Amino acid sequence: MQGQGDSAAAPARAITAREGKGALVSAARRREVRVSWLLSAPALLVLLCAASGPLLIVLVYSFLTAGDYGGIVWSFSGEGWFKVFLARDIFDDTVSIADAHLTIFWRSVRLSLLTTLICIALGFPTAWFIATRSRESRNIWLFLITIPFWTNLLIRTFAIMEVIRSEGIVNSVLLAAGVIRQPIQIMYTDFAILLGMAYVYLPLMVLPLYAAMERLDFRLIEAAYDLYASRRRVLRRIVVPLVRPGLIAGSILVFIPSLGAYVTPRVLGGGKNMMLGNLIELQFGQGRNWPLGAALSLTLLLIVMVALIFYVRIVQKEAASRE
Amino acid sequence: MSERASFDVRKMPGFVAIAIATFLVLYAPIVTLVIYSFNSGMSVAMWEGFSWRWYQAAMQNQQIQDAALRSVIVATFASVFATVLATMAALGTTRVRPFRGQTAIYALINQPLMVPEIVTGVALLIVFATVKQATGYSGLGYLVLAHTAFCIPFAYLPIRARLEGLDRSLETAAADLYATPWRAFRRVTLPLMMPGIVAGAMLAFVISLDDVVITEFVKSAGQDTLPTYMLGQLRRAVTPEINAISTVLLFISVAIVSAFFVVNRKKA
Repeated sequence: MQGQGDSAAAPARAITAREGKGALVSAARRREVRVSWLLSAPALLVLLCAASGPLLIVLVYSFLTAGDYGGIVWSFSGEGWFKVFLARDIFDDTVSIADAHLTIFWRSVRLSLLTTLICIALGFPTAWFIATRSRESRNIWLFLITIPFWTNLLIRTFAIMEVIRSEGIVNSVLLAAGVIRQPIQIMYTDFAILLGMAYVYLPLMVLPLYAAMERLDFRLIEAAYDLYASRRRVLRRIVVPLVRPGLIAGSILVFIPSLGAYVTPRVLGGGKNMMLGNLIELQFGQGRNWPLGAALSLTLLLIVMVALIFYVRIVQKEAASRE
Repeated sequence: MSERASFDVRKMPGFVAIAIATFLVLYAPIVTLVIYSFNSGMSVAMWEGFSWRWYQAAMQNQQIQDAALRSVIVATFASVFATVLATMAALGTTRVRPFRGQTAIYALINQPLMVPEIVTGVALLIVFATVKQATGYSGLGYLVLAHTAFCIPFAYLPIRARLEGLDRSLETAAADLYATPWRAFRRVTLPLMMPGIVAGAMLAFVISLDDVVITEFVKSAGQDTLPTYMLGQLRRAVTPEINAISTVLLFISVAIVSAFFVVNRKKA
């Protein structure tokens, strides 16, 4: 804590006549820093108790032995981590890759990537549309994007479920129109999860894209057209590079919650089409394997952290290349 | 020349159509959900006529009453605590020269935004299970504590944004006029911060009210909030009663967020 204060006071100390004043400045500085810490302390304490601290306990639990009826037994075991990707045959102890878990990991990553792509495909034109409206109507369109964003995620998932259920709107209309004889089974498929996640996370793509597009210098686009560039070329060579920070931010904002999604796959995917979040929950419910659940949670956290670090590095590179 | 003038550089082929379609897709399910909450029949797909039947049914349902009350209690306590703590932290971390550890404070405050909810939920389940066993207490305190923690960043961000834009000279003027630090804070700084504090409190309230995942893991038996009650019901045959509860929750959120926009615009 002191380091910064001393370096701030250092120039003053060099001049002997002002030494007294320098000491005064440094004392005031120390007081300022102490007040900062004191004011932040209660919030930090709550966060340590109910957010960051428990994560460390998850780490400890991932290395313990599973209790018979849930919970843990206090003895070291690597079994939790072992079971994340591997399985041991009950009879002959041969080790093989845990197919069930790999399927779920792959489904989580694949559906999250697809969700991100759908959100880009729909979000990019939408953000462009909002950014090219007049200043007054822009706020209204933006507000219309924000409303679903602030609506309970469960309610939005439920709304999608109402649409795609066997007795839902889509099937009722198609049946009544005679297009189909039997209701189409959309619920409890990967497609249903994909649809739900894209629907639920779309505003997270539109908002950062809009923020980037709003700052776009349209004279650059005009210049490109003057030099006989086609629309497609303008989009690819001018617009996309300029709004890339927003595009990357939006992709991260969609990808990360998709990867950890719990409610949407539970409601729309059912018990068979699990994602990582549901697999984790299972270990604390019927699975009764807390160490495995803890190890799976940390694996998810690790993937998210890698994505975030990747994001920060791109942003830094982008900022550096701009200077 | 005239052809050049009508050429719009902002136009991209197909973009308007996709955007309009996106808005329709975004709103159609929500609007349908609201409409069918007024359906007089049992179905959430076949329209049989207008009625308040499901609102009345929801209001008379003891479980729903309890869950709604619990949701409001938890959200109120959590948003008040989170706002007070976030205000203090914002005062401590803005408008000071950078000090060592400041980045760590930011990281800790924003941590709930970065960690997936399911991971936090599991972590709290583990810790609170032990604490519940050790102390024998299994009341709403755990939910309030958990909600307070993840609401802090949502309260902190608008408060900090407001504080960063504040003019220090007003406080200096107050000090020059012999106001004590506390008086200067109460009569000058705090009123100036108020829009940020109100905005932060509203966001925290909505975030707490809407939480499903963390609540699902932290709650003890019989401690359903409105969202976790709904999640449980979705497994069974769905009646428009769920639509009615959703509609009410939806309008509460929309009203608060609209108010947030109004409060935030005033500062401009």
